[in-house]
Amino acid sequence: MKEFLVRVVVEPKPELLDPQGQAVERALVELGLKNVSQTRVGKCITFRLKAISASQARQRVTEIAQKFLANPVIERFSVEVEEL
Amino acid sequence: MRAAVVVFPGSNCDHDTYYVLKELVGVETDLLWYRQTQLDRYDLIVLPGGFSYGDYLRAGAIARFAPVVQALPEYIEKQRGIVLGICNGFQILTEAGLLPGALARNISQKFICKTVKLRVENNATPLTQLLSYGQIIELPIAHGEGRYVAPKDIIERLKRNRQILLTYYGENPNGSMENIAAIMNETGTVFGMMPHPERNSEKLLGTGDGLKIFQALVTSCQLSV
Repeated sequence: MKEFLVRVVVEPKPELLDPQGQAVERALVELGLKNVSQTRVGKCITFRLKAISASQARQRVTEIAQKFLANPVIERFSVEVEEL
Repeated sequence: MRAAVVVFPGSNCDHDTYYVLKELVGVETDLLWYRQTQLDRYDLIVLPGGFSYGDYLRAGAIARFAPVVQALPEYIEKQRGIVLGICNGFQILTEAGLLPGALARNISQKFICKTVKLRVENNATPLTQLLSYGQIIELPIAHGEGRYVAPKDIIERLKRNRQILLTYYGENPNGSMENIAAIMNETGTVFGMMPHPERNSEKLLGTGDGLKIFQALVTSCQLSV
């Protein structure tokens, strides 16, 4: 078994209005980041996971993320797996 | 006829709901701990408002895996009785996939606690049968995540099947699609609403409009017993 650092990034779907993202984007522009667009505020869930391989870890986390860590009606997610 | 009000860690409208059912409607009612899975003795099961599991991750996201919620699909499948989710209960039912759509964070990003006006869009349902079509009622809302959203095809199906029961009237407080405040499933056995009928079931607290919602559900349950 190897150990992996898993990071699941969850963000509001592109078609869902994200007022928090809009407010952050306005502030980014005011702070001088002129060419910024499509700012979204989501959440990041990290944990360590023991698994046989990176692909097995990724597969199990993706299944769990689909039914629990993200709500597919309003959110999308990405999974990053890094061997420790 | 027997009703249950589920108690999750973090429920805070459970006793108000219990009081309305037991003392105002006059139905035998139990407070049902969330670890319970024996639901067959109940004709009506209410998931009350509150903050189950602190709203961690998303409102209702963790509660949907609680034993009592895991037992609900079988109860619903065999049409044993009626399920009502109020506020956090509605959020749990959508997270569990027992009602379509999701409840996203309010457009204002703020927790909103105030009385709102609601329009009755369908009065031929167990929840709304004591109200009239187009009637405007008043109920309080108290939520941070109450913006009802669903894919376009789901919204169209809700409209076509007349599953939208109450809409916000005059002002849309949270940005819900189609001003949706309350819906039901296709078989008319599972109901979800963001407003709190238990908080306006006596004249002392306002118009008392909420009482008619509980009376309507109990009437339906008694007819089918």
